[in-house]
Amino acid sequence: MSEFLTQPWPWYVAGPLIGLLVPMLLLYGGKQFGISSNLRHLCAATYPGRFDFLKYDWRRSGLWNLTFLGGILIGGFIGGVLLRNPDPIAISQATVADLQALGIQDFTGYVPEDIFSWSNLLTPSGLIIILGGGFLVGFGARYAGGCTSGHAISGLADLQLPSLIAVIGFFAGGLIATHLLLPLIL
Amino acid sequence: MSTPTGTVAAPDRGTTNLTTMDFVVYLLLGIYLGVVFMKSEVVAWFRIQEMFRFQAFHMYGIIGSAVIVAAASVAAIKKLGVKDAHGNPITIPPKEMGKGYRYWIGGTIFGLGWGLLGACPGPIFALLGSGVSVMIVAIVGAMLGTWTYAALRPRLPH
Repeated sequence: MSEFLTQPWPWYVAGPLIGLLVPMLLLYGGKQFGISSNLRHLCAATYPGRFDFLKYDWRRSGLWNLTFLGGILIGGFIGGVLLRNPDPIAISQATVADLQALGIQDFTGYVPEDIFSWSNLLTPSGLIIILGGGFLVGFGARYAGGCTSGHAISGLADLQLPSLIAVIGFFAGGLIATHLLLPLIL
Repeated sequence: MSTPTGTVAAPDRGTTNLTTMDFVVYLLLGIYLGVVFMKSEVVAWFRIQEMFRFQAFHMYGIIGSAVIVAAASVAAIKKLGVKDAHGNPITIPPKEMGKGYRYWIGGTIFGLGWGLLGACPGPIFALLGSGVSVMIVAIVGAMLGTWTYAALRPRLPH
């Protein structure tokens, strides 16, 4: 059991466990799985400004989701520190080769230190990937009305056409970023 | 979900304030997801790169099986007409298509960020919890993006 906890979990274990969250949230509180709404709640809670989009009772509609988000943060500590897999992530050799060609050298953690470190933040690649990438994720998620959880999991599970269009967009954007932008940035 | 045009609806139905029980349940469900995120490595920039380079089945298997399990569950909940633990009927409001611009334009913009950052909103917070402290900057970036959307929203095609 303890070995299972520290080893990485295969897709056929993790995928169903993630999928089950949809009925668990629905059955407990009639809530829909969608994490990026929390970014809106955080903005509404800190600085709604004069934007109609951020003027609503975020406690009433969002406190459950922000609590859920706090849990994800704690789960990140439990799963990523206490139950950490001691070995580097076993990505394919082809990916390693591609990323080495882009100058990535650190393959020890969840993210490469070459990009995701405070010392790299104030370089062009750090600013574009960390701050710029975050900006696009936040802007795009709200424009599209959801992110990977809200559209790709919840929306597709409810067979909603708008979500399918959004997910195709997610992949189109990701392919452009991976194959066209990253070689220019790194 | 906000409506595509016109009035701004609350993101989802507010019921009442959270009870202590609600707080504990939502916190535990979040912890559960955070652990699965880390143990399945979907939070890893490397796994997202591998996915967008079509060099492994891992991410496709996770997203695909998650959708299948969620879809079967949603179908069963609708068919059986069960109520939630608070006794309220379970309804899933459909996403409004409108002209559809928001889904493909917004989706592609989100995808650009997902491809660069290698993390969507949930994993950003899970990574922060696991000690990748620079992710706080990604969260600030995502909030700046959200504010920018709030400011531009009246002028954007939806």
